[in-house]
Amino acid sequence: MSWLTHSSANYSIMLALLFAVAAGLVGSFALMKRMLLAGDVISHLALPGLGLAFLLKINPLIGAATTLFLGTLLIWQLQKKTGLATENVIGVVFAAALGIGAAITPSDDLVEALFGKNQATSLFSFLLGAVAVVFIIAATWKLRDRLVLTLFSPEVATATGVNVDRVNLCFLLLFSLTIVVGLRFMGSLLAGSLIILPAAIGRRLTNKMSHFLIASSVASTISVGLGLLLTAVAPKFGSGPSIVMVAALLFTMSLSKGVRRAGV
Amino acid sequence: MFNWIQKLMKTILSVKDLTIKLDGRSIISGLSFELHAREMLAIIGPNGAGKTVLLRTLLRMLPYQGEISWMEGARIGYVPQRVAADRQLPLSASDLLNAKARFLKLSQVDIERTASVANLTPELLNANMGILSGGQFQKVLIAVALLGQPNVILFDEPTASLDELTEERVYESLHRIKEEQGITVVLVSHDLSVVYQYATMVLCIGKGKPCFGPPKEVLTPEALEALYSAPPKYYQHLLDHHGF
Repeated sequence: MSWLTHSSANYSIMLALLFAVAAGLVGSFALMKRMLLAGDVISHLALPGLGLAFLLKINPLIGAATTLFLGTLLIWQLQKKTGLATENVIGVVFAAALGIGAAITPSDDLVEALFGKNQATSLFSFLLGAVAVVFIIAATWKLRDRLVLTLFSPEVATATGVNVDRVNLCFLLLFSLTIVVGLRFMGSLLAGSLIILPAAIGRRLTNKMSHFLIASSVASTISVGLGLLLTAVAPKFGSGPSIVMVAALLFTMSLSKGVRRAGV
Repeated sequence: MFNWIQKLMKTILSVKDLTIKLDGRSIISGLSFELHAREMLAIIGPNGAGKTVLLRTLLRMLPYQGEISWMEGARIGYVPQRVAADRQLPLSASDLLNAKARFLKLSQVDIERTASVANLTPELLNANMGILSGGQFQKVLIAVALLGQPNVILFDEPTASLDELTEERVYESLHRIKEEQGITVVLVSHDLSVVYQYATMVLCIGKGKPCFGPPKEVLTPEALEALYSAPPKYYQHLLDHHGF
């Protein structure tokens, strides 16, 4: 529990909870866009960057952000140009990123890179993260109408005047930014899961759009809050696995309480 | 006489020498036609002929060669194939209409007016899209397309996988809306009786050269046989039935 008593631990907790809200919101749209696999690949793309950063002794987040954004652009192009083949190529990218990342990351740092580590956060890092999270939430909110029209039918969106390609790119970039913020708590293997799991919980609980967005964000915040508490009690679990275990437990609970989706 | 009237009508869409290739395969080649205000153009052709591809190209969603010119100020509504729209989303008709209204900066009054034109009840507006029947779902799709007072609506097989009675109702309301609102309609359909009943112009795409013109000039038994590679018996019956 040592980090909980640390003076800058509060920043870390606040940032994690803020991140949770953004992850729930972005995750809701990611679930509706059926981009689970793409989302997972995006988070794994951080691993080679983390590995390189550890090797070159630079800030791991810079390395992770670089490979993440490059990978995002790659996925965007694949989605645009290859149609059905995208899934196949995404599978290849996923495996390649994980393989290269695991090979070049020093073994001492590999567990931290894969599963995250809760650590004290400086005021500067906190402010930087908080600005990123507020930006993610505001931008997703501003994009929401375009996203709803696009995910319902790209043709309807285009006829309405929405630039579907640009909306998809903006959303992928917001998705990547969310992952970058979440990397420190979740690690590259699990960062995508906090975007997906709370959204799945929210989807189980409601059929109404506005309720769904709120439910996902609340589920995400509870997962992070309880997950961090669990890490404080049992540090050997690590923050990423703890948060995911709580989220998975909430999802299991939602199975018994959740509304039955139409057509299922 | 017909050509003279046509020239007086405003051209909404002009397509010249349009060629569409996907993955190196030629889907449509050398297609030219003009669409005038208040017309109902039916696009017909066998499965896989490229009807939906043509609609998506008209929206400039796919690469093409040639010229596609929409009239300045054309506002387009699109009704997707029922099967293509995602029904599993946590969305209601109200969510969709509000999203479109906010994007186009329309008011709540516009939404209410559109809901009334499309006969959407408050229950239908607030119900999850996933639980709507085929006919109700279609009504919502039409309402979403109508919001923003479009002057052209593109319908991609609006009645695919609907039962006959519902299909008839959809076409009746489509026809009513077209007349009341003075909208130009482009309709992809596999149902030739509907084409005969409602279309003012027909564009057939498939094997061979595309054909374009009024139904009774274009849809000869020979042309249909060439288009569908099928014996003309059924179509001959339709021709007799509709008195062409």
